[in-house]
Amino acid sequence: MSKLATMRDAVAELVRDGDTVAIEGFTHLICFAAGHEIVRQRKRDLTLARLTPDVIYDQMIGAGVARKLIFSWLGNPGVGSLHAVRRRIEKADPEPLEIEEYSHFGMVCRYVAGASNLPFFPIRSYYESDIPKVNPNIKPMRSPYDDGDEVYVVPPLTPDVTIVHAQRATANGDTQIWGLLGCQKEAAFAAERVIVVCEEVVDEAVVRRDPNRTAIPGIVVDAVVEQPFACHPSYAQGYYDRDNAFYREWEQVSKDPEALERWLEEWVYGLETHADYVEKMGDRWESLKPGEQRSGEVNYGDYS
Amino acid sequence: MSANGHSSEAGANGYTKNEIMIVASARTLAAERICFVGVGLPNIVCNLAQRTVAPELQLVYEAGVFGARPSRLPLSIGDPTLVSGSTAVTSMFELFAFYLQAGLIDAAFLGGAQIDRFGNLNTTVIGDYARPKVRLPGSGGACEIAIHARRILVIMRQARRSFVDELDFRTSPGHSGDPEHDRARGWSGSGPTSVVTDLGTYGFDERTGEMTLLTLHAGVTLDDVRANMAWEPKVAEGLGETAPPTEEELRLLRTELDPDGVLTA
Repeated sequence: MSKLATMRDAVAELVRDGDTVAIEGFTHLICFAAGHEIVRQRKRDLTLARLTPDVIYDQMIGAGVARKLIFSWLGNPGVGSLHAVRRRIEKADPEPLEIEEYSHFGMVCRYVAGASNLPFFPIRSYYESDIPKVNPNIKPMRSPYDDGDEVYVVPPLTPDVTIVHAQRATANGDTQIWGLLGCQKEAAFAAERVIVVCEEVVDEAVVRRDPNRTAIPGIVVDAVVEQPFACHPSYAQGYYDRDNAFYREWEQVSKDPEALERWLEEWVYGLETHADYVEKMGDRWESLKPGEQRSGEVNYGDYS
Repeated sequence: MSANGHSSEAGANGYTKNEIMIVASARTLAAERICFVGVGLPNIVCNLAQRTVAPELQLVYEAGVFGARPSRLPLSIGDPTLVSGSTAVTSMFELFAFYLQAGLIDAAFLGGAQIDRFGNLNTTVIGDYARPKVRLPGSGGACEIAIHARRILVIMRQARRSFVDELDFRTSPGHSGDPEHDRARGWSGSGPTSVVTDLGTYGFDERTGEMTLLTLHAGVTLDDVRANMAWEPKVAEGLGETAPPTEEELRLLRTELDPDGVLTA
């Protein structure tokens, strides 16, 4: 069954005001184009979840789509701060932002619990840390098998919508990823609704030739959007490089609310689709094109 | 100028404060096998160690990479160069559960906005949590890394506002000040074993768990150190001078690892 949709239709139908939305991808495969479409459609009161809010949530929170943030590391990696998010947390400017924070392992295990239909997930972390003091959802628990063994548990995270990007997917939503895997699979299985955005829609035969590479099966996917370069300034391994210069430049934009508003006007509200964004970027793509380093092939065997 | 007011220009010694900090830190990895790498300075430290004192070093990144062989200095810990040519790419669950929590990581780098004399670290907030003066990034993987990596190596620039008597928030646990308690924790990690700053190098006293000054970098005095921390530091008997960078270490930093001087200048 074809689930092909435009970004506009997928976001309009599947992302609703008040939803908990996870746009996952750890540095790699962060679907900025989906974030921009959510901003463009002026969704409101979202709870945004991600391990690393990154520039994408700085843009979205700066644009006013969210009332709450669930996260584990809040920064612009290797560069500095997410100033739009910080203004909301430090000064309630222009309005407060509710936060709920974990460690990376805690966030990952929240998705694992959500994806596995478990009531909680035990981990060995948070000992003698102040994090549980400010987040009562992180609770100590004695092992039922050994009274002297204490772990901490985290609750399941089940987003209303998870949006992941992938190198390729079928029209049915069978999704293949390579490079950093983050917790895209866990976040997708944990969600009520899933949007897969991909660089290329491929024939089912392509997926069936290499089934070990499938991260997410079509059965949990609601919409498939083919949108090349949708991750910029994040990246898609083998397709385009991370635009580190953009991340560095964001520091100045993010620091100044007016500059941020101008950026959103120019690059989001002022454009109709991500294809316009790609065109507007001009020859920037040339410098982001990686060389080739192909994997070897394996023999799955023919058993007919 | 760096945060604590010291000039970062190459001084009379022919190297910068950042260079001696990176070099001294890389040497703490001598003969180490499996190291968890963080963003920023640890990135360059580990890449230098792999080319000098620890050729067998396996670089592990929380993004889900084991045995990375980066061909360029990555800005983020999720750079595509970490993937190409690595030994294994894993989900983050596998990396944190099977590699870190199970105790396979020998050493890991951490830093923070604040550290106390027992190596506890704050990367969460300055001021009150609910209405912070400065909202910092938070834990990331640091809290569980501090608990599970066999030893923790700290690299951070030294200043009175960062080497504090009392943390505003304890993100990642270090020593408690009671070695008996620390041994009874049953963690696979033994906590911080070394701190390298732009002024000197420190170890931790086995009897008290307290940070102890081991060496001063060339040109730095004990008074400089005192002026840049909030407590009276314990000083090792026979306080030494940090061995200066070798020509080879400087060549690697300046021509291979950081030719633009992003981290070393």
